[in-house]
Amino acid sequence: MAATTISVPQPEIPLSPQMRGRVGMWSLITAESTIFSIFVVMYLYSAGKSVSGPTPREVLDVPYFISICLFSSSFTIVMAERAIVRGMIKLFSIWWLMTILLGAIFILGTAREWYELIYRDGVTISSSLFGTTFYSLVGLHAFHVLVGLTGLSIILALTVLGYVKQEHAERIGVFSMYWHFVDVVWVVVLSVVYFIAR
Amino acid sequence: MGEAELIPRSLTAAPVRDAALPFFDRVSGWITTVDHKRLGILYIGYALVFLVIGGIEATIMRIQLIRPHNHFVSPEVFNQMFTMHGTTMIFFVAMPVLFGFINYAVPLMIGARDMAFPRLNAWGFWMTAFGGIILYFSFLGGSGLYGAGGAPDVGWFAYAPLTAPVFSVGHSTDYWIIGLLISGFGSVATGINFITTVLCMRCPGMTLGKMPLFVWLNLVTGVLVLLAMGPLTAAQIMLLIDRYLGGHFFDTQAGGSAIIWMHFFWVFGHPEVYILIMPAFAFLSEIVPVFSRKPIFGYPIMVAASICIAFISMSVWAHHMFTVGMTSWGNAFFVASTAAIAVPTGIKIFNWLGTMWGGKIVFKVPMLFCIAFLFQFLIAGLTGIMLGAAPFNWQLSGSYFVVAHFHYVIVGGILFALFAGFYYWFPKMSGRMLSEKLGKWHFWLFLIGFHLTFDFMHIPGLLGMPRRIYTYEPDRGWDIWNLIVTIGVAFQAAGVLVFVYNLISSYFTGELAGNDPWDAWTLEWSTSSPPPDYNFAKIPVVRSRRPLWDLKHPEDPDWKYE
Amino acid sequence: MSLKLRSAILFLTALAWLCAGMAGRASGQAVEGSHPTDIFSPVSTPAHSIYDLALFVLVVCAAIFVTVFCLLVYSVVKYRKRPGDDGREPPQIYGSNQIELAWTVIPVLIVVVLFLAAARVIHGLEDARMPAGTTEVTAVGHQFWWEYRYPQYGFTAANELHVSVSDPAHPTPTHITLLSADTDHSFWVPKLAGKTDLIPNRINHTWIDPHETGVYLGQCAQYCGTQHAKMLLRIIVESRADFDRWVAEQQQPARADNTTKGRQIFETTACVNCHTVAGTNAHGTFGPDLTHLMSRETIAAGAALNTAENLRRWIQNPDYFKPGSLMPAMQLDEPDLDAVTEYLTTLN
Repeated sequence: MAATTISVPQPEIPLSPQMRGRVGMWSLITAESTIFSIFVVMYLYSAGKSVSGPTPREVLDVPYFISICLFSSSFTIVMAERAIVRGMIKLFSIWWLMTILLGAIFILGTAREWYELIYRDGVTISSSLFGTTFYSLVGLHAFHVLVGLTGLSIILALTVLGYVKQEHAERIGVFSMYWHFVDVVWVVVLSVVYFIAR
Repeated sequence: MGEAELIPRSLTAAPVRDAALPFFDRVSGWITTVDHKRLGILYIGYALVFLVIGGIEATIMRIQLIRPHNHFVSPEVFNQMFTMHGTTMIFFVAMPVLFGFINYAVPLMIGARDMAFPRLNAWGFWMTAFGGIILYFSFLGGSGLYGAGGAPDVGWFAYAPLTAPVFSVGHSTDYWIIGLLISGFGSVATGINFITTVLCMRCPGMTLGKMPLFVWLNLVTGVLVLLAMGPLTAAQIMLLIDRYLGGHFFDTQAGGSAIIWMHFFWVFGHPEVYILIMPAFAFLSEIVPVFSRKPIFGYPIMVAASICIAFISMSVWAHHMFTVGMTSWGNAFFVASTAAIAVPTGIKIFNWLGTMWGGKIVFKVPMLFCIAFLFQFLIAGLTGIMLGAAPFNWQLSGSYFVVAHFHYVIVGGILFALFAGFYYWFPKMSGRMLSEKLGKWHFWLFLIGFHLTFDFMHIPGLLGMPRRIYTYEPDRGWDIWNLIVTIGVAFQAAGVLVFVYNLISSYFTGELAGNDPWDAWTLEWSTSSPPPDYNFAKIPVVRSRRPLWDLKHPEDPDWKYE
Repeated sequence: MSLKLRSAILFLTALAWLCAGMAGRASGQAVEGSHPTDIFSPVSTPAHSIYDLALFVLVVCAAIFVTVFCLLVYSVVKYRKRPGDDGREPPQIYGSNQIELAWTVIPVLIVVVLFLAAARVIHGLEDARMPAGTTEVTAVGHQFWWEYRYPQYGFTAANELHVSVSDPAHPTPTHITLLSADTDHSFWVPKLAGKTDLIPNRINHTWIDPHETGVYLGQCAQYCGTQHAKMLLRIIVESRADFDRWVAEQQQPARADNTTKGRQIFETTACVNCHTVAGTNAHGTFGPDLTHLMSRETIAAGAALNTAENLRRWIQNPDYFKPGSLMPAMQLDEPDLDAVTEYLTTLN
């Protein structure tokens, strides 16, 4: 069979291989969202059902400061993205560092809150159903923040060592999607734990 | 103007095998591969090994149940058998083998050189593989080999609070949790890969409306994987926290809930079975048209029906929980959603019939399995409707009727479609045809065995026999039916043995296949058998859903009619 | 083999299949009581309602099956490639909107009808109001036995549930509240009602109103551990008079004048940790109440007949009947074992 050729009009391709990173990250975010949703549902379902221990109202204070820090870090990461798209690596690394610092403040603040809860109020993951659902939900989120911080730090190290260039802007953008996701999850967790079910 | 060029390959050249490389390099080539074709074959091989193991577990159960008050195995061993059989078959046979076929065929069908994330693909396979090994290590771990060790014995859906530390002492349940957690991460990775590949890697001209239905159905499967695995992962993390950190999620003494585990599990569990059946639908949608010599009937409706099924499948989960005492409104809602999903499913059956209608049906082995699928899936769907009518469910649930129903779907449906897929794509993967004669022996032996076992299994259910019992009373009238069910196992085992023999002997001495032994129409049949590592020397450009039809029938191409 | 011969063989095989199935069912039903847990022999209103719905659903499904099956067989036979075929491809049909519409609309209608039929029965059974004169029973599921409390009469029984027959004209049903002491169980007596689960930390309900006296069998239908298979159910449906007599007997404590060695051993060994004998020092609740042990036909939730020999063996080695049950082997020496068994046989 000889090779045959057909003339066809130039077709459009809605999503090209260049979009792989974004599509892949959206898919990961979808899967992670389902995990978080189950923990949120569990938290709401269990609200008020503990048979012992202090109630959320008695021991929880709304963490305004660290939340503002985390939300601001979404702003700083956007600024970092804009810097690298324009090839301004130095500016990019400054905004990136600020993002890391704000994220670190969030983690330290969470650690301090937990210290008080454990040693002052006696609320642990095993002390009551509230303790179990609280630490697992907030902890799952904090874990994702830690993973994000690790990634952010690695990228910062690579930037300082000179490996990160303007052509990597798309990959930085894909990574930032993860950071924004972590932020959005905090909006939900904050609302549910500190306002709705308190 | 773009041009389509499909480079022809010789029809007589024997497949190239890398027998020239030293042994160590060959093995490490397979272990370190990121090629979707090799990973596909690894998935399939892995699943076949576990198919045999899961089959042995089933055989042990059936021998124990061949007559009342039998003493073939102890209750402890029996309970481990049904737990491991279910868990193995779903997570380490069905999912890997289907993912293997999807991995192999999708990039070829969309004219791509590999999946979107080849390394993630390999990671996904190895996570699944290690998950299975961890699960099976439970036979050795825990109490050791005496009495078949510490394999989990909580049932494949591991209802709380039976999984609480107080009721499940030791580590057997932990092997279940961790094995599945790890393979679950692999499944999510694979789902991400499927979606990204289908959305981003299609060749020019292949818009979403011009993809083969196989690709559409596996895109939908990928989305379901993303949505369904999360709830299971979350529930398992919660169970680990209960078992190791003193948590109280499912601790009913501390305000926790046994029923919320059921909800979380079935929110995963029901879409999971659609993750299993969608690829089977995909096989049907490729094989039936080729062996009827007609295009699939109603392509747009088939796409819409598949999306509908996936969407509705997220809302039916509590039909596994009709007996837990939900309110009448709750029960009614799930009756409605379950009944609703029957409509798009029925439409698919009718469309396959419509494809055969007016065609010229060729009864090669793949088509035999497909026709059996249609018959069996029809029955499975109807018993599903019976189970979906909640009051009827109050009698049938937890009985052998349910066991018969879901084996009808999984074995009579999915496994038959898989066998069809094996006979259809083995030539492409290996360059040789599977023996038609052995294939027909396989088909008839397995068909007889399947029907002996699973037709008659409905009856003990109707006569009140619950599931997951290691023995039963002789005065219930269940004896003869259990005997017939067990006899069927022998025929199924014979069929599978013939199949395995066919696979091995045809690999070495099968008739050479050439590029396109079935005169098919999708892009994978334009490559050599097996395809070169890079799939396509030049990325093809397509204009219709059946690019090879257009090439073979330039006077009457599909794109004039679509 | 010609197509005609092949079709004939297939048809006859299918026919033989069908006959085998039906013969099995018929022969079973011909022998009285050989299918004691048959869901198609309802004796109580819930089971009857389910049976009627089931017949309706079966008829609809059978009609669908016959239609689609005939279409499948017809297309496979008529549109097969004939031996002398000219090798041309058949007309390539891509679809038909009218046909798609037809086979969408008709299933939707069928589905709506099925839903309405089921919803009616759900509401009728789940939201039923219990009339005055309903007997209240609380069933508590344990690994691997059933506890029955009769709050209206103030006593607790185990493993064999006695209820009074109900006259359809003036129903006197029994309402059963379902609780669990440990893990999930399910109460399933097919001739009386559909099954309802017993879930810890949750209160479930079911009801039965048997129209005929007799003994009705069932068993736990939700996997609950090693001996799930032998957590059997026995429901004894009696006339009103017999039921009242049984209640009166159950309300009596055990005879207080029993001074045998057997009773001494029973009350000084671990037996009292788990078992209650009303009117004595035995107040354990982990195991079945033994006050009227000899009024039951079976022991160990149906795993063995209630004879002195089986009782003795059960105490000595429960694993003989029910390996994995939570009753420990009591390690009594032979004379003590005989004495305790003898004591137990006096608990009428």
